[in-house]
Amino acid sequence: MKNIKKTFTIIKNEKIARATYEMKLSGDVSDITRPGQFVAIRLDGFFLRRPISVCDIDDVSDGGSGILTLIYKTVGGGTECMSTLRPGVELDILTGLGNGYDTKKSGPSPLLIGGGCGVPPLYLLARRLIAEGKHVSVILGFGSADEVFYEDKFREIGASVIVTTADGSYGIRGFATDALPHTGLYTYTYSCGPEPMLRAVYKAAATSGQYSFEERMACGFGVCMGCSCRTVTGYKRICKDGPVLEKEEILWK
Amino acid sequence: MEVKINDTAACCDTSVILCGIKLDNPVIAASGTFGYGYEFSQIYDINVLGTFSFKGTTLHPRFGNEQPRVAECPAGMLNAVGLQNPGVDAVISHELPAMAKYFHKPVMANVCGFSVEEYAEVAERFDCEEQVGWIELNISCPNVHGGGAAFGLDPKTAAEVTSAVRRVVKKPLIVKLSPAAADIAAVAAAVEAAGADAVSLINTLPGMRIDLHRRRPLLANERGGLSGPAVFPIALRMVYDVYKAVSIPIVGIGGVSTAEDVIEMMLAGATAVQVGTANLVNPTACLDIINSLPRAMAKFKINKLSDIIGGAHI
Repeated sequence: MKNIKKTFTIIKNEKIARATYEMKLSGDVSDITRPGQFVAIRLDGFFLRRPISVCDIDDVSDGGSGILTLIYKTVGGGTECMSTLRPGVELDILTGLGNGYDTKKSGPSPLLIGGGCGVPPLYLLARRLIAEGKHVSVILGFGSADEVFYEDKFREIGASVIVTTADGSYGIRGFATDALPHTGLYTYTYSCGPEPMLRAVYKAAATSGQYSFEERMACGFGVCMGCSCRTVTGYKRICKDGPVLEKEEILWK
Repeated sequence: MEVKINDTAACCDTSVILCGIKLDNPVIAASGTFGYGYEFSQIYDINVLGTFSFKGTTLHPRFGNEQPRVAECPAGMLNAVGLQNPGVDAVISHELPAMAKYFHKPVMANVCGFSVEEYAEVAERFDCEEQVGWIELNISCPNVHGGGAAFGLDPKTAAEVTSAVRRVVKKPLIVKLSPAAADIAAVAAAVEAAGADAVSLINTLPGMRIDLHRRRPLLANERGGLSGPAVFPIALRMVYDVYKAVSIPIVGIGGVSTAEDVIEMMLAGATAVQVGTANLVNPTACLDIINSLPRAMAKFKINKLSDIIGGAHI
């Protein structure tokens, strides 16, 4: 038995792109075992927790304490509130939620496709895959040049990076899938982003893969059935059995 | 200081009797917020609970409503899950045997249906299960069409489904009431007359949010049920009113989040309480409430919790 509710302290909370913030927190990250998992943050004045995917964890000590990196977009009252929090503030966080990506399925040269808020979880995934000796290609899709983030961070860890913007103000003009002809051969596809993007990737990608979904959630740990979806293998809870689904089990609405 | 607190804990009696079955404390995790207990059993020993009421069960498997199913509200939330459950066969063959490994007390079986016959059939099946201590008849789910709440809105239909189930069930029968009824006390009196051993109240209140971007109801089901601290005063008032109308025990439900809320509900007339939505935002909510009960009892000079049931009534 273990309590998944932990206290984290904000050590950094800065804007890195339009309406996009990077928050670093120190605390017990030992429950985060896979890239693609998420945390749920309690905020004063808001009833339900905010689910935010894990962008990175590092410097894990024997006691499990380390640095948790989150990237979030201000899309409503809760995330607006988050963006005003200063270093030193303590947050009540449920950690290690969801199944996450399985790096073992990748083959030697996986392709990672992320759009907007779907980019952050691909960072820890890329880092883990590269640590396993794999050649990682990444397509990062954004709306416009001022929304682009982490392009350099992915390059620094050794990934090949292509950036697309919908308005053509940076990188390749178009959606993330429009960059597919510019990639080399790939052995597996990992994707995270808005559902229209996931659908496009699903159709265009040449390989099997894992897709991370977003849904409105209440609990975040599998008890309320608030985020259930239908799959080929039965009903699944996005928060507990997901957010990552195998390509072969996806049933589009 | 330490010793003093321990002494206080030792002299506090938190036990209550619900329909002839002793609960170590009056805290019951509410149906639909606790699954079958498994996820919580990974976080704490759920045997500290009085008991819990597992996810509402229908005769056949149900997926429930489309997404979105949940929405945030000030001091609470809306849900329109729509009774997702694997059906009574799967609950009996799979969930109950799995539950026996981590929960060792009588559990409450929450029963739903779309007809009097369905309620009776599901209840009869659970009545044969040794692990089940009580049958909780959910005639108040607001999120399904043509069933659920429809039975709980009117004293006559509530009594009909209660007596049909009473005829086939030997275990204690608790009827879960709807706050949407015009007169919840009249419904309570009607189900008491029809053979209910207790009533539980309230289920969620019908509510709505609208998505400002889409200018459409936020929930796919359009309407949902409001729960959380926002409904506590309403639930408390209804427990108070029902206490005056019936002589069977009441299980108080609605926004209970602290030990003080438990005491308030019991003073209004509840023999036990259910904790629901609090579990969703704080996975250890029930454990925290149970742990803080002795201290709250000491603060309000309560030695035996069962002594205060209905204590607010003149």
